[in-house]
Amino acid sequence: MLDIQVSLQQGNFHLDTKLHSEVLVTGLFGPSGAGKSSLLQVIAGLVTPEQGRIVVDGELLYCSTRHINVPPHKRRIGLVFQDDQLFPHLSVRNNLLYGFRRLKVGQQKIHLDTVVDLLEIAHLLDKKPNLLSGGEKQRVGLGRALLSSPRLLLLDEPLASLDQRLKQQILPFLLRTRDELCLPMLYVSHSLEEIHYLTEHVVYIERGCVIGAECNQKS
Amino acid sequence: MFELSDQELSAILLSLKIAGWSTLLSCPPAILVGWFLARWDFTGKALIDGLIHLPLVLPPIVPGYLLLLCFGNNGLIGHWLHQQFGISFAFNWKGAVLASMVMAFPLIVRSVRLSVSAIDKGLENAARTLGADSLWVFLSITLPLAAPGILAGAVLGFSRSLGEFGATITFVGNIQSETRTLPLAIYTATQSPGGDDQAARMVMLSIVLALTALALSEMLSRKLHPKPGR
Repeated sequence: MLDIQVSLQQGNFHLDTKLHSEVLVTGLFGPSGAGKSSLLQVIAGLVTPEQGRIVVDGELLYCSTRHINVPPHKRRIGLVFQDDQLFPHLSVRNNLLYGFRRLKVGQQKIHLDTVVDLLEIAHLLDKKPNLLSGGEKQRVGLGRALLSSPRLLLLDEPLASLDQRLKQQILPFLLRTRDELCLPMLYVSHSLEEIHYLTEHVVYIERGCVIGAECNQKS
Repeated sequence: MFELSDQELSAILLSLKIAGWSTLLSCPPAILVGWFLARWDFTGKALIDGLIHLPLVLPPIVPGYLLLLCFGNNGLIGHWLHQQFGISFAFNWKGAVLASMVMAFPLIVRSVRLSVSAIDKGLENAARTLGADSLWVFLSITLPLAAPGILAGAVLGFSRSLGEFGATITFVGNIQSETRTLPLAIYTATQSPGGDDQAARMVMLSIVLALTALALSEMLSRKLHPKPGR
Protein backbone atom coordinates (compact mmCIF):
# COMPACT_ATOMS: atom_id res chain seq x y z
CA MET A 1 0.00 0.00 0.00
CA LEU A 2 3.07 2.20 0.26
CA ASP A 3 5.74 2.33 -2.41
CA ILE A 4 8.16 5.20 -2.25
CA GLN A 5 11.41 5.92 -3.96
CA VAL A 6 12.59 9.52 -3.82
CA SER A 7 15.72 11.59 -3.81
CA LEU A 8 15.92 15.16 -2.63
CA GLN A 9 18.75 17.63 -2.11
CA GLN A 10 18.21 20.30 0.53
CA GLY A 11 21.35 22.34 1.14
CA ASN A 12 23.95 19.86 2.39
CA PHE A 13 21.36 17.26 3.20
CA HIS A 14 20.68 14.48 0.76
CA LEU A 15 17.65 12.27 1.04
CA ASP A 16 17.71 9.09 -1.00
CA THR A 17 15.09 6.71 0.22
CA LYS A 18 13.35 3.55 -0.89
CA LEU A 19 10.45 2.44 1.20
CA HIS A 20 8.00 -0.33 0.56
CA SER A 21 5.34 -1.50 2.94
CA GLU A 22 2.28 -3.70 2.84
CA VAL A 23 1.41 -3.60 6.52
CA LEU A 24 -1.07 -1.28 8.27
CA VAL A 25 1.40 0.53 10.49
CA THR A 26 4.99 1.15 9.50
CA GLY A 27 7.45 2.59 11.98
CA LEU A 28 10.19 4.89 10.76
CA PHE A 29 13.10 5.02 13.16
CA GLY A 30 16.26 7.07 13.09
CA PRO A 31 18.27 9.70 14.93
CA SER A 32 17.49 13.43 14.73
CA GLY A 33 18.44 14.88 11.38
CA ALA A 34 18.17 11.55 9.61
CA GLY A 35 15.60 12.94 7.21
CA LYS A 36 12.48 11.42 8.73
CA SER A 37 10.51 14.66 8.76
CA SER A 38 11.71 15.56 5.27
CA LEU A 39 10.49 12.22 4.00
CA LEU A 40 7.04 12.82 5.50
CA GLN A 41 6.90 16.29 3.94
CA VAL A 42 7.76 14.75 0.59
CA ILE A 43 5.05 12.12 0.93
CA ALA A 44 2.49 14.76 1.95
CA GLY A 45 3.47 16.84 -1.07
CA LEU A 46 4.70 19.85 0.91
CA VAL A 47 8.21 19.39 -0.48
CA THR A 48 8.82 18.30 -4.07
CA PRO A 49 11.66 15.81 -4.54
CA GLU A 50 14.10 16.00 -7.45
CA GLN A 51 13.18 12.59 -8.71
CA GLY A 52 11.47 9.37 -7.86
CA ARG A 53 7.94 8.10 -7.47
CA ILE A 54 5.39 7.90 -4.70
CA VAL A 55 2.54 5.43 -4.74
CA VAL A 56 0.07 5.34 -1.88
CA ASP A 57 -2.82 2.91 -1.77
CA GLY A 58 -2.42 2.12 -5.47
CA GLU A 59 -2.52 5.74 -6.62
CA LEU A 60 0.48 7.41 -8.21
CA LEU A 61 0.96 10.74 -6.39
CA TYR A 62 4.34 11.71 -7.73
CA CYS A 63 6.41 10.51 -10.65
CA SER A 64 9.33 12.50 -11.98
CA THR A 65 9.56 10.65 -15.29
CA ARG A 66 5.85 11.09 -16.08
CA HIS A 67 5.70 14.61 -14.63
CA ILE A 68 2.97 13.77 -12.18
CA ASN A 69 2.83 15.77 -8.97
CA VAL A 70 -0.50 15.76 -7.15
CA PRO A 71 -0.74 18.92 -4.97
CA PRO A 72 -0.94 18.34 -1.19
CA HIS A 73 -4.59 19.33 -0.88
CA LYS A 74 -5.59 16.60 -3.32
CA ARG A 75 -3.41 13.81 -1.89
CA ARG A 76 -5.64 13.06 1.08
CA ILE A 77 -2.72 12.25 3.30
CA GLY A 78 -3.14 13.27 6.93
CA LEU A 79 -0.18 14.68 8.81
CA VAL A 80 0.10 14.92 12.58
CA PHE A 81 2.82 17.34 13.55
CA GLN A 82 5.34 17.25 16.34
CA ASP A 83 4.11 20.66 17.49
CA ASP A 84 0.35 20.28 17.07
CA GLN A 85 -0.07 23.20 14.56
CA LEU A 86 -3.65 23.82 15.62
CA PHE A 87 -5.20 26.92 14.10
CA PRO A 88 -5.12 29.45 16.97
CA HIS A 89 -8.04 31.54 15.71
CA LEU A 90 -10.46 28.61 15.47
CA SER A 91 -12.21 26.69 18.23
CA VAL A 92 -11.35 23.04 18.75
CA ARG A 93 -14.56 22.09 16.95
CA ASN A 94 -13.67 24.18 13.90
CA ASN A 95 -10.11 22.89 13.97
CA LEU A 96 -11.44 19.33 13.93
CA LEU A 97 -13.87 20.06 11.11
CA TYR A 98 -11.43 22.07 8.98
CA GLY A 99 -10.54 19.17 6.70
CA PHE A 100 -13.88 17.37 7.08
CA ARG A 101 -15.78 20.32 5.61
CA ARG A 102 -13.59 20.28 2.50
CA LEU A 103 -14.59 16.70 1.70
CA LYS A 104 -17.41 15.65 -0.58
CA VAL A 105 -20.17 13.85 1.30
CA GLY A 106 -19.16 10.49 -0.16
CA GLN A 107 -15.59 10.97 1.06
CA GLN A 108 -16.56 11.68 4.66
CA LYS A 109 -15.73 8.29 6.08
CA ILE A 110 -14.81 9.31 9.61
CA HIS A 111 -17.25 11.49 11.52
CA LEU A 112 -16.96 14.00 14.35
CA ASP A 113 -18.80 11.84 16.91
CA THR A 114 -16.51 8.88 16.22
CA VAL A 115 -13.36 10.95 16.69
CA VAL A 116 -14.66 12.80 19.74
CA ASP A 117 -15.51 9.49 21.43
CA LEU A 118 -12.29 7.81 20.35
CA LEU A 119 -10.05 10.58 21.64
CA GLU A 120 -12.29 11.66 24.55
CA ILE A 121 -12.28 15.34 23.64
CA ALA A 122 -16.00 16.19 23.93
CA HIS A 123 -15.37 18.63 26.78
CA LEU A 124 -12.86 20.61 24.70
CA LEU A 125 -14.97 21.31 21.62
CA ASP A 126 -15.81 24.95 22.33
CA LYS A 127 -12.40 25.96 23.68
CA LYS A 128 -9.67 27.80 21.83
CA PRO A 129 -6.43 25.79 21.33
CA ASN A 130 -4.38 28.10 23.58
CA LEU A 131 -6.38 26.88 26.59
CA LEU A 132 -5.50 23.22 25.98
CA SER A 133 -2.74 21.20 27.64
CA GLY A 134 0.00 19.61 25.52
CA GLY A 135 -1.64 16.20 25.53
CA GLU A 136 -5.04 17.63 24.67
CA LYS A 137 -3.56 19.58 21.77
CA GLN A 138 -1.97 16.44 20.34
CA ARG A 139 -5.26 14.56 20.60
CA VAL A 140 -7.06 17.37 18.77
CA GLY A 141 -4.29 17.46 16.15
CA LEU A 142 -4.70 13.72 15.64
CA GLY A 143 -8.48 14.08 15.48
CA ARG A 144 -8.25 16.87 12.93
CA ALA A 145 -6.10 14.71 10.66
CA LEU A 146 -8.43 11.71 11.11
CA LEU A 147 -11.50 13.75 10.21
CA SER A 148 -10.02 14.61 6.82
CA SER A 149 -10.57 10.87 6.10
CA PRO A 150 -7.03 10.35 4.83
CA ARG A 151 -5.95 7.22 3.02
CA LEU A 152 -2.65 7.38 4.87
CA LEU A 153 -1.83 8.99 8.19
CA LEU A 154 1.67 10.36 8.72
CA LEU A 155 2.69 10.90 12.32
CA ASP A 156 5.77 13.04 12.78
CA GLU A 157 6.98 12.30 16.30
CA PRO A 158 3.56 13.17 17.73
CA LEU A 159 4.72 12.43 21.28
CA ALA A 160 8.13 14.12 21.18
CA SER A 161 6.98 17.28 22.93
CA LEU A 162 5.16 15.42 25.70
CA ASP A 163 6.51 14.16 29.01
CA GLN A 164 6.57 10.46 29.92
CA ARG A 165 3.27 10.51 31.77
CA LEU A 166 1.44 12.15 28.86
CA LYS A 167 3.03 9.75 26.38
CA GLN A 168 1.52 6.87 28.32
CA GLN A 169 -1.84 8.60 28.04
CA ILE A 170 -1.70 9.21 24.29
CA LEU A 171 -0.31 5.87 23.15
CA PRO A 172 -3.54 3.98 23.90
CA PHE A 173 -5.42 6.49 21.73
CA LEU A 174 -3.07 5.76 18.84
CA LEU A 175 -3.60 2.06 19.39
CA ARG A 176 -7.37 2.54 19.34
CA THR A 177 -7.10 4.62 16.17
CA ARG A 178 -5.16 1.82 14.53
CA ASP A 179 -7.57 -0.90 15.60
CA GLU A 180 -10.91 0.85 15.20
CA LEU A 181 -10.35 2.86 12.02
CA CYS A 182 -8.02 0.46 10.19
CA LEU A 183 -6.09 3.39 8.81
CA PRO A 184 -2.65 2.90 7.27
CA MET A 185 -0.04 4.84 9.24
CA LEU A 186 3.56 5.82 8.91
CA TYR A 187 4.83 6.50 12.39
CA VAL A 188 8.05 8.46 12.78
CA SER A 189 9.92 8.43 16.05
CA HIS A 190 13.36 8.32 17.56
CA SER A 191 12.03 6.02 20.26
CA LEU A 192 11.89 2.34 19.34
CA GLU A 193 9.80 1.67 22.40
CA GLU A 194 7.02 3.88 21.05
CA ILE A 195 7.18 2.32 17.62
CA HIS A 196 7.10 -1.23 18.96
CA TYR A 197 4.02 -0.37 20.93
CA LEU A 198 2.18 0.18 17.64
CA THR A 199 3.89 -2.06 15.12
CA GLU A 200 6.43 -4.79 14.49
CA HIS A 201 7.37 -3.39 11.13
CA VAL A 202 10.22 -0.89 11.50
CA VAL A 203 12.27 0.84 8.85
CA TYR A 204 15.62 2.28 9.93
CA ILE A 205 16.77 5.51 8.36
CA GLU A 206 20.07 7.33 8.80
CA ARG A 207 21.56 10.31 6.98
CA GLY A 208 18.78 10.29 4.41
CA CYS A 209 19.07 6.60 3.53
CA VAL A 210 17.13 3.52 4.55
CA ILE A 211 19.68 1.24 6.21
CA GLY A 212 17.49 -1.66 7.14
CA ALA A 213 14.07 -2.99 7.97
CA GLU A 214 12.73 -5.36 10.54
CA CYS A 215 9.50 -7.23 10.33
CA ASN A 216 8.61 -9.56 13.18
CA GLN A 217 5.15 -10.60 12.19
CA LYS A 218 3.33 -11.98 15.16
CA SER A 219 1.85 -15.31 14.25
CA MET B 1 -15.66 78.71 20.95
CA PHE B 2 -16.23 75.46 19.09
CA GLU B 3 -18.81 76.64 16.57
CA LEU B 4 -17.48 75.30 13.30
CA SER B 5 -17.63 77.53 10.26
CA ASP B 6 -18.89 76.06 7.01
CA GLN B 7 -15.38 76.11 5.62
CA GLU B 8 -13.99 74.18 8.57
CA LEU B 9 -16.80 71.65 8.48
CA SER B 10 -16.28 71.14 4.77
CA ALA B 11 -12.54 70.63 5.30
CA ILE B 12 -13.17 67.98 7.96
CA LEU B 13 -15.80 66.10 5.96
CA LEU B 14 -13.63 66.24 2.87
CA SER B 15 -10.62 64.94 4.82
CA LEU B 16 -12.64 62.02 6.18
CA LYS B 17 -14.09 61.23 2.77
CA ILE B 18 -10.69 61.28 1.06
CA ALA B 19 -8.91 59.35 3.80
CA GLY B 20 -11.72 56.79 3.94
CA TRP B 21 -11.71 56.10 0.21
CA SER B 22 -7.93 56.10 0.13
CA THR B 23 -7.72 53.48 2.89
CA LEU B 24 -10.53 51.38 1.45
CA LEU B 25 -9.01 51.31 -2.03
CA SER B 26 -5.41 50.83 -0.85
CA CYS B 27 -6.08 47.88 1.45
CA PRO B 28 -6.92 45.08 -1.02
CA PRO B 29 -3.85 45.63 -3.25
CA ALA B 30 -1.65 46.33 -0.21
CA ILE B 31 -2.74 43.04 1.40
CA LEU B 32 -1.89 41.12 -1.78
CA VAL B 33 1.46 42.87 -2.23
CA GLY B 34 2.37 42.50 1.46
CA TRP B 35 1.50 38.82 1.37
CA PHE B 36 3.43 38.36 -1.86
CA LEU B 37 6.55 40.05 -0.48
CA ALA B 38 6.36 38.01 2.73
CA ARG B 39 5.82 34.62 1.13
CA TRP B 40 7.63 34.64 -2.22
CA ASP B 41 11.20 35.07 -3.29
CA PHE B 42 11.97 36.12 -6.84
CA THR B 43 14.66 37.96 -8.73
CA GLY B 44 14.11 41.69 -8.69
CA LYS B 45 12.31 41.52 -5.34
CA ALA B 46 14.59 44.18 -3.86
CA LEU B 47 13.78 46.53 -6.75
CA ILE B 48 10.01 46.04 -6.40
CA ASP B 49 10.35 46.45 -2.65
CA GLY B 50 12.28 49.68 -3.12
CA LEU B 51 9.80 51.10 -5.62
CA ILE B 52 6.88 50.42 -3.29
CA HIS B 53 8.63 52.10 -0.39
CA LEU B 54 9.82 55.08 -2.41
CA PRO B 55 6.94 57.41 -1.41
CA LEU B 56 7.96 56.94 2.24
CA VAL B 57 11.44 58.36 1.72
CA LEU B 58 10.87 60.87 -1.08
CA PRO B 59 9.78 64.43 -0.42
CA PRO B 60 5.97 64.18 -0.95
CA ILE B 61 6.18 66.82 -3.65
CA VAL B 62 7.99 64.32 -5.90
CA PRO B 63 5.20 61.70 -6.05
CA GLY B 64 2.76 64.62 -6.34
CA TYR B 65 4.56 65.99 -9.35
CA LEU B 66 4.90 62.54 -10.93
CA LEU B 67 1.16 62.02 -10.45
CA LEU B 68 0.56 65.34 -12.19
CA LEU B 69 2.71 64.20 -15.10
CA CYS B 70 0.98 60.81 -15.39
CA PHE B 71 -2.59 61.44 -14.28
CA GLY B 72 -3.10 65.10 -15.10
CA ASN B 73 -5.52 65.77 -17.95
CA ASN B 74 -2.57 66.15 -20.29
CA GLY B 75 -0.63 63.32 -18.67
CA LEU B 76 -0.07 59.97 -20.38
CA ILE B 77 -2.56 57.90 -18.39
CA GLY B 78 -4.79 60.81 -17.39
CA HIS B 79 -5.39 61.84 -21.00
CA TRP B 80 -6.32 58.30 -22.00
CA LEU B 81 -8.65 57.83 -19.00
CA HIS B 82 -10.35 61.11 -19.77
CA GLN B 83 -10.82 60.24 -23.45
CA GLN B 84 -11.97 56.66 -22.89
CA PHE B 85 -13.98 56.80 -19.69
CA GLY B 86 -14.41 60.48 -18.94
CA ILE B 87 -12.56 59.99 -15.64
CA SER B 88 -10.50 62.91 -14.54
CA PHE B 89 -8.20 63.20 -11.53
CA ALA B 90 -7.11 66.75 -12.19
CA PHE B 91 -7.90 69.23 -9.42
CA ASN B 92 -10.75 67.27 -7.85
CA TRP B 93 -11.23 65.10 -4.76
CA LYS B 94 -10.64 61.86 -6.69
CA GLY B 95 -7.14 63.09 -7.46
CA ALA B 96 -6.66 63.78 -3.76
CA VAL B 97 -7.69 60.18 -3.05
CA LEU B 98 -5.11 58.96 -5.57
CA ALA B 99 -2.38 61.11 -4.01
CA SER B 100 -3.27 59.81 -0.52
CA MET B 101 -3.29 56.24 -1.75
CA VAL B 102 0.23 56.52 -3.16
CA MET B 103 1.49 57.91 0.14
CA ALA B 104 -0.42 55.46 2.39
CA PHE B 105 0.17 52.31 0.34
CA PRO B 106 3.74 51.54 1.54
CA LEU B 107 2.71 51.89 5.18
CA ILE B 108 -0.09 49.34 4.79
CA VAL B 109 2.16 47.00 2.77
CA ARG B 110 4.82 47.10 5.51
CA SER B 111 2.37 46.30 8.23
CA VAL B 112 0.73 43.45 6.31
CA ARG B 113 4.10 42.02 5.32
CA LEU B 114 5.35 41.95 8.90
CA SER B 115 2.25 40.24 10.21
CA VAL B 116 2.19 37.66 7.40
CA SER B 117 5.89 36.89 7.98
CA ALA B 118 5.08 36.24 11.63
CA ILE B 119 2.57 33.51 10.76
CA ASP B 120 4.03 30.03 11.12
CA LYS B 121 4.20 28.45 7.66
CA GLY B 122 3.48 25.16 9.38
CA LEU B 123 -0.11 26.31 9.92
CA GLU B 124 -0.54 26.94 6.21
CA ASN B 125 1.05 23.57 5.44
CA ALA B 126 -1.26 21.88 7.91
CA ALA B 127 -4.24 23.45 6.12
CA ARG B 128 -2.94 22.19 2.79
CA THR B 129 -2.67 18.60 4.02
CA LEU B 130 -6.26 18.96 5.25
CA GLY B 131 -7.47 19.59 1.71
CA ALA B 132 -7.38 23.38 1.43
CA ASP B 133 -6.23 24.82 -1.89
CA SER B 134 -4.01 27.92 -1.95
CA LEU B 135 -6.91 30.38 -2.12
CA TRP B 136 -8.73 28.79 0.81
CA VAL B 137 -5.51 28.63 2.86
CA PHE B 138 -5.11 32.36 2.27
CA LEU B 139 -8.72 33.18 3.13
CA SER B 140 -9.19 30.87 6.11
CA ILE B 141 -5.74 30.89 7.73
CA THR B 142 -3.43 33.66 6.51
CA LEU B 143 -5.96 36.49 6.32
CA PRO B 144 -7.59 36.03 9.75
CA LEU B 145 -4.23 35.52 11.46
CA ALA B 146 -2.83 38.64 9.78
CA ALA B 147 -5.97 40.65 10.59
CA PRO B 148 -4.46 42.63 13.50
CA GLY B 149 -1.53 43.65 11.27
CA ILE B 150 -3.85 44.55 8.41
CA LEU B 151 -5.96 46.63 10.78
CA ALA B 152 -2.91 48.38 12.17
CA GLY B 153 -1.78 49.08 8.60
CA ALA B 154 -5.20 50.43 7.67
CA VAL B 155 -5.16 52.81 10.66
CA LEU B 156 -1.67 53.97 9.76
CA GLY B 157 -2.75 54.47 6.17
CA PHE B 158 -5.89 56.34 7.24
CA SER B 159 -3.89 58.64 9.50
CA ARG B 160 -1.31 59.18 6.76
CA SER B 161 -4.11 60.06 4.35
CA LEU B 162 -5.66 62.47 6.85
CA GLY B 163 -2.30 64.20 7.15
CA GLU B 164 -1.45 64.16 3.45
CA PHE B 165 -0.27 67.58 2.34
CA GLY B 166 2.63 67.77 -0.10
CA ALA B 167 1.54 65.32 -2.79
CA THR B 168 -2.04 66.57 -2.64
CA ILE B 169 -1.30 70.27 -3.02
CA THR B 170 1.14 69.54 -5.86
CA PHE B 171 -1.20 67.22 -7.75
CA VAL B 172 -4.66 68.67 -7.20
CA GLY B 173 -4.05 72.10 -5.70
CA ASN B 174 -5.86 73.79 -2.83
CA ILE B 175 -9.47 74.30 -3.90
CA GLN B 176 -12.17 75.08 -1.35
CA SER B 177 -14.70 72.20 -0.97
CA GLU B 178 -12.90 70.09 -3.57
CA THR B 179 -9.33 69.40 -2.48
CA ARG B 180 -8.87 71.61 0.60
CA THR B 181 -8.54 68.97 3.31
CA LEU B 182 -7.86 69.76 6.96
CA PRO B 183 -4.07 70.16 6.60
CA LEU B 184 -4.51 72.36 3.55
CA ALA B 185 -7.14 74.43 5.34
CA ILE B 186 -4.76 74.89 8.29
CA TYR B 187 -2.04 75.95 5.87
CA THR B 188 -4.41 78.40 4.22
CA ALA B 189 -5.45 79.83 7.58
CA THR B 190 -1.85 80.36 8.67
CA GLN B 191 -1.19 82.19 5.43
CA SER B 192 -4.09 84.64 5.80
CA PRO B 193 -3.93 87.64 8.12
CA GLY B 194 -5.88 87.07 11.35
CA GLY B 195 -6.24 83.36 10.63
CA ASP B 196 -4.40 82.23 13.76
CA ASP B 197 -7.54 81.45 15.77
CA GLN B 198 -8.98 79.42 12.95
CA ALA B 199 -5.70 77.58 12.49
CA ALA B 200 -5.51 76.77 16.21
CA ARG B 201 -9.08 75.41 16.20
CA MET B 202 -8.37 73.15 13.25
CA VAL B 203 -5.11 71.95 14.81
CA MET B 204 -7.13 70.90 17.86
CA LEU B 205 -9.62 69.17 15.58
CA SER B 206 -6.80 67.30 13.85
CA ILE B 207 -5.53 66.01 17.17
CA VAL B 208 -9.02 64.89 18.24
CA LEU B 209 -9.56 63.16 14.90
CA ALA B 210 -6.23 61.32 15.06
CA LEU B 211 -6.79 60.22 18.67
CA THR B 212 -10.27 58.95 17.80
CA ALA B 213 -8.87 56.89 14.95
CA LEU B 214 -6.25 55.38 17.26
CA ALA B 215 -8.81 54.61 19.98
CA LEU B 216 -11.14 52.97 17.46
CA SER B 217 -8.37 50.77 16.11
CA GLU B 218 -7.35 49.78 19.62
CA MET B 219 -10.93 48.71 20.38
CA LEU B 220 -11.19 46.77 17.13
CA SER B 221 -7.93 44.94 17.65
CA ARG B 222 -9.02 43.92 21.15
CA LYS B 223 -12.18 42.50 19.67
CA LEU B 224 -10.21 40.63 17.02
CA HIS B 225 -7.63 39.21 19.38
CA PRO B 226 -8.83 38.91 22.93
CA LYS B 227 -6.00 38.39 25.39
CA PRO B 228 -5.27 34.68 25.90
CA GLY B 229 -6.43 33.06 29.09
CA ARG B 230 -9.79 34.77 29.28
